[in-house]
Amino acid sequence: MMISVRRVDKAAILDVSGSVDWANSVEVRKVLLDEIRDKSVDRVVLNLVQVKYIDTATVASLIEGLKASRDKGSRLVLFGLSEFVRESLKITQVLNLFVVCDNEEQAMII
Amino acid sequence: MKRSPKLNRIFLLKLEIPSLPTLLGVIRGALEPLVDMLEFSPEQCREVIRAVDEAVSNIMRHSYLGRSNQPIAVFCNRLQRQANGESEQGIEILLFDRGPAVDTTRLQPRPLHEIRAGGLGLHIIRGSMDSVDYKRAGRLNRLRLVKYVRHSKIRTGL
Repeated sequence: MMISVRRVDKAAILDVSGSVDWANSVEVRKVLLDEIRDKSVDRVVLNLVQVKYIDTATVASLIEGLKASRDKGSRLVLFGLSEFVRESLKITQVLNLFVVCDNEEQAMII
Repeated sequence: MKRSPKLNRIFLLKLEIPSLPTLLGVIRGALEPLVDMLEFSPEQCREVIRAVDEAVSNIMRHSYLGRSNQPIAVFCNRLQRQANGESEQGIEILLFDRGPAVDTTRLQPRPLHEIRAGGLGLHIIRGSMDSVDYKRAGRLNRLRLVKYVRHSKIRTGL
C-alpha cells in the first residue's frame, strides 16, 4: 500500500494505491486525520482509483475521517471507487454518508 | 423426519500462516483463483474473499491480541450437494486458531445505524456467507464459513 499527499490550493489530495487492510489501515487513518485537522485545509479528497481492496478497519477510519471533517466544518470527498471498495462501503451501509465522485476534477469542485 | 441433502466434500487447499497482518494479502491472493474456479460470480468471489479476510483479521486482533507469531490454519473444501433435484456446489472454509475460547455472546455485529468505527467485520462475514458457525474443539477455535454458487452450471472435473 502506498499513500502520498498533494496540495492544491486549500485542498489536500490523498493518492492511495494497493490494498488497505488490517496491516496498513492505521497508516491511512493517520494521514487522513492529520490532513483533515490541518487548519490550512478545507477539503480532503481521497483518490481511490488504484485501491484494489479495503477492509472494515479502513471503512472505520473513513467514518472517523468523516466525523472529524464534519466537526471541523470541512469536506471529505472520495473518488475512483472500485467495485470492491464500493461494495464494502455499501454492505456496511455507509456509502451514502460520503460524497463520492467519478473523478478528481469533480471531487475538487463539488 | 426430514433428511438433510447428501453433501460431498472435496479438499482443495490448506494454508498455514503465522498471525502476521502483512500475510492477509497472501490469503486473499490464494482464494481469488480458487473461488473463481468454482464458478462463483465476480460479486460472490468478492464476498467470499471479504468474509475470509475479515475473519482472519479478527483472529489476529481478538484471538491473538496482535501477537504476530501465532498459528492460523485455513482449509478450503469444495462442497457438492443435491437440493431440489439439482446439484449445487460451493465452498467451505475452515479457520483454526489456538487462541482462548471465544465468548459467543460477544459475536454479535453492532447495529449499522450507529455511525461509529468498529464491529463491522462480523456484519460483513454474516452478510457475505450462507452459513457461519463457531466451534471450540479441544484447544482450537474453529470458524466454518460456507457459501454456495447461485444459478451456475456445474463444471465437470476439478
